[in-house]
Amino acid sequence: MIEIRFHSRGGQGGATAAKILGMAAFFDGKYSTSLSVYGAERRGAALISGTRISDTEIRRYSSIKSPDYVVILDPVLVEISDVTEGTNEDTIFLMNNGGECPLVLEDYILYSVDATSISLDLGLKVAGMPVLNTPMLGALARLGIVKQSSLKRAIRKIYADTRNIRASEMAYERVVKVQNRRSILEESEELEEEAYERLEEAV
Amino acid sequence: MMAECVEEEETSVYVTGCEAAARAVIIAKPSVVAAYPITPQTEIVEKLSLFIGEGRHDCQFIAVESEHSALSACIGAASCGARTFTATSSHGLLYMAEMLYWAAIARLPIVMANANRALASGWNIWADHIDSLSQRDAGWIQFYTSTVQEVYDTILIAFRVAENEGVMLPVMVNLDGFLLTHINQPLRLVDETLYQEEFLDEINVPHALNLDSPHTLGTLISPSDNYRVQHDRKLGMERAKDVIKEAERDFLRLFGREYHPVMEYRSDDAEVLLLGMGTLAKEAEDAVDMMRFRGIKAGLLRLRQIRPFPDDEIIDAISRSPAEKLVIIDRDYSPGSGGILSQEIKTRLYDAGIVKEIVNVIAGVGGQDVSAEDMMEMVELERGEHWWGI
Repeated sequence: MIEIRFHSRGGQGGATAAKILGMAAFFDGKYSTSLSVYGAERRGAALISGTRISDTEIRRYSSIKSPDYVVILDPVLVEISDVTEGTNEDTIFLMNNGGECPLVLEDYILYSVDATSISLDLGLKVAGMPVLNTPMLGALARLGIVKQSSLKRAIRKIYADTRNIRASEMAYERVVKVQNRRSILEESEELEEEAYERLEEAV
Repeated sequence: MMAECVEEEETSVYVTGCEAAARAVIIAKPSVVAAYPITPQTEIVEKLSLFIGEGRHDCQFIAVESEHSALSACIGAASCGARTFTATSSHGLLYMAEMLYWAAIARLPIVMANANRALASGWNIWADHIDSLSQRDAGWIQFYTSTVQEVYDTILIAFRVAENEGVMLPVMVNLDGFLLTHINQPLRLVDETLYQEEFLDEINVPHALNLDSPHTLGTLISPSDNYRVQHDRKLGMERAKDVIKEAERDFLRLFGREYHPVMEYRSDDAEVLLLGMGTLAKEAEDAVDMMRFRGIKAGLLRLRQIRPFPDDEIIDAISRSPAEKLVIIDRDYSPGSGGILSQEIKTRLYDAGIVKEIVNVIAGVGGQDVSAEDMMEMVELERGEHWWGI
């Protein structure tokens, strides 16, 4: 079972993101559940939602405690929410920003896509705010959680506006791995290993 | 691209518990739906309103001004022989309270979905079984469900049980607020024609108001007759036990999904048994598997109905298991007495002459987040009452 936690603000489509991802996994032939942590939702308030995906029936209803993926729809949430709660060194983060690494995510595997710009370029807005969930889901599909075709089918089921499909495709193309302390360390370790291997071969 | 525009006929969908409930109701074709919105049930009646508005089913949808009126409208319609449905939750259910008794004593086969939710004060909209359990003596058959699929299937079963001529009692199908009402899960749909032709007969309320043979319902009833009416209600409830099992057997035969009054999970050789209802008791399956992996022989009994109480099934399941310790999880509490499910089970054990070590854990009330890992700790507790987290 893999668990994905979304951090968003009310109105950005975080709850719907969890549903679309779950539906895409369902189209992939998997079992999945998706649920928001409901409170007194208000537009703009910090919100958590989650999706669980498995090959077999999921019997869990309690909250996601140790997510395999954390998706941050609004970069401001890194400052005001505990986005690393329950995570470990294998947790993969996906953030909506221009490719910078916030201090708290220096030691995590971090991917980035500029979902805000993608939606603004497409004029994809709801109530004046750019739609962030469908591009972020496109980036998630690139990370291999669901098939891109299943994702597009799920988006089509939920949203009539086809620009959502386009936004997911653009994010699929544009998502990048962010260079941070973790990636630099891993790169240097790899270089070191390669150097040792060459040395051994030479000897 | 063209092919994608044509919607293939779906046999399974990915929906919330609320939508599953509404989809089941439409298949059963009620002629009257009366409802008032309340969180977290609102999506059920919203979806019903949408489906009826789209013309998927021809039905009288009455948007009433309160829950008391919602049930009253159903009582009126059912008294005329109509198939009726309503949905509510928490304070809405309690606002219906006097009419809940009325519907049951008048032997009206109304079906209702109740989104289990806590009661104020301290406004709380999350899962808790006290709303429906506080009404357990009204005379309604009460089911408790644990997956989106089970919500759908149980509503389909509920109409048949309610309308059985030997039963003629209202049925409440409970689903945990948010945890089931708002979660999205895969849902396998039934063949609607098969359901309508093979599973559910036309409704026939024998005492329905009828212009051809005028009579009245619900007038003054003297002490010399009232106890007979109450006793008749008891007989209806007793007959419901077999009617439910027969409906569940037919449901399995026609639609391939198996339900029993008590759902047993790895209980036959269990040395400790977890007992509960709703989503907590579904997550408990994970706890049982994890404990078994660690060498603890755990098992689980999930009660799907509390009225009529499945006396024989629960005693049979407990007797067949070598477990000496029963861990009963109550998502409810009766102040000054204890967990309600725990009391119900203890009564049956006494009648059957069975003595067990009973651990009663009050957990998950007001939406408290309780996990399978927590349940693994619960089995370590000693006899008596424990409040999880305190």
